[in-house]
This record gives sequence, C-alpha cells and structure tokens, in this order.
Amino acid sequence: MTSFLRLYFNRLLPQLIALGIIVVAVSLVFPGFLNLQIQNGRLYGSLVDILNRGAPVVLLAIGMTVVIATKGIDLSVGAVMAICGATAAAAITSGHSLAATLLITLGVGILCGLWNGVLVAVLDIQPIIATLVLMVAGRGIAQLVTEGAILTFNDPGLIFIGSGSFAGLPMPVVIWLVFGTLVAMLVRRTALGMLIEAVGINRQASTLSGVLTPVLLIVAYVLSGLCAAIAGIIAAADIRGADANNAGLWLELDAILAVVVGGTSLLGGRFSIAASVLGAIIIQAINTGILLSGFPPEFNLIIKAAIIVFILVLQSPRFRTAFAFLVPARGASKPSERAAK
Amino acid sequence: MKPKYLPLTATLVIFLLGYVICVAQYPNMLSTRVIGNLLTDNAFLGIAAVGMTFVILSGGIDLSIGSVIAFTGVFLAVVLEHTSLHPLIAFALVLAIATLFGAAMGAVIHYLEMPAFIVTLAGMFLARGMAFVLSIDSIPIKHPFYATLKGLYFKLPGGGRITLIGGLMLLVFAAGILIAHRTRFGTNVYALGGGTATSRLMGVPVAATTIRIYALSGLLAGLSGIVFSLYTSAGYSLAAVGVELDAITAVVIGGTLLTGGSGFVAGTLVGILIQGLIQTYITFDGSLSSWWTKILIGLLLFAFILLQKGIILVSRHRQQRA
Repeated sequence: MTSFLRLYFNRLLPQLIALGIIVVAVSLVFPGFLNLQIQNGRLYGSLVDILNRGAPVVLLAIGMTVVIATKGIDLSVGAVMAICGATAAAAITSGHSLAATLLITLGVGILCGLWNGVLVAVLDIQPIIATLVLMVAGRGIAQLVTEGAILTFNDPGLIFIGSGSFAGLPMPVVIWLVFGTLVAMLVRRTALGMLIEAVGINRQASTLSGVLTPVLLIVAYVLSGLCAAIAGIIAAADIRGADANNAGLWLELDAILAVVVGGTSLLGGRFSIAASVLGAIIIQAINTGILLSGFPPEFNLIIKAAIIVFILVLQSPRFRTAFAFLVPARGASKPSERAAK
Repeated sequence: MKPKYLPLTATLVIFLLGYVICVAQYPNMLSTRVIGNLLTDNAFLGIAAVGMTFVILSGGIDLSIGSVIAFTGVFLAVVLEHTSLHPLIAFALVLAIATLFGAAMGAVIHYLEMPAFIVTLAGMFLARGMAFVLSIDSIPIKHPFYATLKGLYFKLPGGGRITLIGGLMLLVFAAGILIAHRTRFGTNVYALGGGTATSRLMGVPVAATTIRIYALSGLLAGLSGIVFSLYTSAGYSLAAVGVELDAITAVVIGGTLLTGGSGFVAGTLVGILIQGLIQTYITFDGSLSSWWTKILIGLLLFAFILLQKGIILVSRHRQQRA
C-alpha cells in the first residue's frame, strides 16, 4: 500500500512542485495570499477562492481527462455548459422542483455526451470534428432555450449550489471533491481505467482483444457531458441566471490545458484524474495570482502560452529521448507513448 | 462523376438551392448589391479560410488565426497612431511578423512531434496576449490612406460594388487554387495529408512543407487582419474571437476532408458564401433570431460530415469489389 502511495505521489510531484512555486511566488508579492479565516462557519481566503473559482474547469477537466485518455477530445463542453445552465434556469422558472430540475439538467448533459459518443464510436468520426458540431450549434440551442435573454431565477435551493457552503467549504468545492473522488475510484478501483487506456493506446488492438471499444468510448463522452452539466449548473447558480452567450465560453480550452498541464498526453493512453484536477487548480492559481499581485491582467494569456510551450517541450517524444538519462524514473512511461504514435 | 468531386458538387448545389429559395421569398436578394455585400462582409473570413484549407488538407489544424487577426489589427492601430510610418510599410511589417509566427508554430509541430491542436492553441493564447499587451482599448484608425483604400471599388451593373477587400478575397482564392493544384508545394500538401510516413517515403520534404503550410496560414491570417482593420477602421484586442471555428466550418462545409488529403480551395469559397447567405437571409427575414444561424450551420456541418463518411464507405466498397 505504501509503495502504491509513493508511486501516486511521484506521478503528481511535478504538478505539486509547480503549484507550490506559484503559491510561494504570489504570497511573496501579496502577503495576504495565505490568510484563511472562518466567518459564519465558513472558510474565507484567497486559497479557498482559487478552489471555488476553479470549480467549473476542474469538473470539465475530470471528464476531459477520460476523453483524452481514449485519444479523443471534447470541444463541446463549453457549449454543453451553456445548454445545461439554460435548461436548469428554464426548468426552475417554469415551476419544477429542485430535484426535478437537477435530474432534467443532468439528463440533458448526458444526452449531449451520448450524441458526441455515438458520432465518435458508431459513425467513426474524428473526435475534433464530431464535437465541433455541438460546439457550433450548442450555443444556438442554449439561446433557443433562454430565447436570447439572460434567464434569472430566485430559487434558494439552486442558488445554494453556487454560493452556499457545506462543512465550512463552498458548495462548488464540495461538489468537485466528491465527484472527482467518485470518478477516480470508479476508474482506478475497477478495470475501467485500464481498459480506457487500452482504447487510447491502440483502438484496433483493444477491439481485437475483446474490449467493448464503442461502449467505452460512448461512456467517456457521456461522462464528459455529465461533468459539463454539473459545471453548467454551478456557473448558472453562481450568477443566479443562465447566460447562453458567455456561460462556459472558451472553458473547453482551459479544460484541455488543465489536462495537458496535468501531464496526460494528448496522444491518449495513461491518464491521471488527480493530476488534471491539480492542473486546473494551477491554471486558476495563476489567474488569481496575476490579479492579486498587481500584474496587468494583459500578461495572463502570455504566461499561459509560455507554460504550455514549456510543458510541450517536456512532453515531446524527441526531447525525452535526447534527455532520457536525466529522468530515469520516468522511462517507464515511454514505451506506451511510443506505441501510441 | 469521380467520388472526389462529390462533396464539392453537393456544396455548390446546396448553395444554389439555398439562393433560389432565398430569391423566391425575397426577390431583392438577386441584386448585385447583395452579392457585393456578401463578398465584402465575409472578406476577412474568406482570406483566413484559404490558409485554413491548406492546413486542414495537410491533416493539421490552426487555432491561432482569430488571435493573429486581432493582433494584426491592434499592431496596425498602435503603429499608425504613434509613428509616422506609411500604412503600406506597416502592412509589410505585420505580414512578416505573422508569417514568422506561423513558421515558428510549424517548426514546433514538426520538430517536437506535438499535435498541431495544442501547439496552435498556445499560439492562440500568445497572439491574443501580445495584442492585449499592445493595447486593451479599441483604437480607431484615422489615417487618410485608409479612407483612400476604402473608397476603391469596382462598380457592378445594378448598383453593386466589389470593394477592394471583396476583390482581394477573390484574388486570394484564385491564388490559393493555383498553389494547391499547379505547384509542387500544393502536391506536397496533399501528400502530407495522405499520411506523413508515406509522403516521407515518397520523398516529400516533410519539415519544409509543414513549416511552409503554417507560415502560409500565418501570412493569410495577417492579410485577413489587415482586411479586418480596413473593414472596421479600428484595432481591438478582443476582436475576431472564434474566427478559427468559422473558418474550419467553412472548410468542412466546402467539402474538404478533415483527416486531410482530399478537398478543394474553391469549395471553401462556397462554404463561406453559404454561411454568409444564411446570415443575409436572417437579416432579410427580420423575425428569425440570430441563434438560428448557429444551429443551421451546426446542422450543415453535421450533414457534410455524414456525406463525406458515406462517400468514403461507398468508394471503399467499390475498391473491394474491383
């Protein structure tokens, strides 16, 4: 068990170091960064804020990790967030109960994922293109639901999901912690995770060895749709309304970036949900850190680009072969990536 | 008819059918004025889409073009406001920057063996970030040379105008068609789209071709940025968000296979015109809401992907029987 934990820790080490550097750097510039205080039975502080603000991207990154592990990509998650936010607002304002609203919204998210999954698995369309359809049309559908306006609502139960707190933590943080743990347990305590990796490394070989490839692919996209639905509910509950134009706009790119920062290769195969969650937190820490430390926010995108380039170089197969002697511990993951090429 | 012409023909038929339906409902849409505006309004998108066609033909993707358009606009506005450089020199400068930027992305894609998707995503952030650093405001461009350029047009019978930027788009498409079908570079692009390993074995210079493809896409994105700045007379770092998606959509609707290796630059022009036509129809109608544009374009995209899948299946079936 201890060796398992150590392996796990080794896998997350680069992300933890990166997060540590960012937290230390920001707290040097902005001393109040590490302050935490409890008011009205709830934690407050910049660190909690990062966990809270990062909730949508963390949730999207959980689903995106599984999709990317199958050598796919899901561009539609931002649009699905908008559709689900609009659905939740429309359902609650038309008099449905909170439970019914949540069920309907999650159902819509699953349906969106099913559509993507069928396009990829059954019709055998490239994932980028298959999910592009819903990305283009999705925002239109969301506007159709809200009829072009920003639909606001006052239901205290729905608002609680966005701004309430449970056990001292903001509700969005509780949701992604619980959901992320559930998904991670599901894929790692069963053979599911290994089968997903097998599909990502070589789809044909896994099909030939008896893996139900189409079902696994559909499950991956359905999970991504479900994650987007939860993120959409949180985003809508946070502003107490559904904004079909701006909800989740460009968040698909942040989610993909989080997965890449987490060290999961876009070429499919080995994945780590915990690392992707850390990746999303790192991105949010950078965003918040830049704002707090008084840097002009204009530099935000350039710093993001620099980080991607840095990680790309580290992940590049050619760079790894050239500097393999420096990182003997990571050599174990190389053959699988070569096979994926 | 050869199966490779089928998607292009389908696109053309859909455009003509759509136009006939539009004219049947609104006879005024048959005027040269509408056609002239269709070209002018979509000029920047069309020019960028030519570059995207080459990238997609080679089996890649370029997500950075919207950001490059915004960067170009802001760069021009800042340079023209703070220096006394002539706009033509500023144009040359910015085209050089955009081309180098594209070439650099191509080099990273080839030499680091990374997916084009994530490399150009970094490029997208970088270009927009540079635009933000230059200026976060919308800067008007008031140079007299801009007014001269905007005043240039070719008058069509019936009161329509082909403006400078509309004409430029048609020229870029003509050049794109020539490059794709009449030069060695064009042949190499198609070969690369068929498979990197096979094209390397055939003697295609993979490194040089990849770098040139993304350099061309950068150059055309820069040109598109110049056209966009002429069209709006301003530079704004938040402009042209998501243009890359419109361009990709136009390329797919235009019948180019997204896996690369098969398609036509001319199809992209029709793809652009179909998107423009839907928008014009919605403007003419007045009661339809703008979100129908997105839904219709999404449905068209889906229909074309299915059509392409069907064609591939049929041609494979034929090959097996032969």
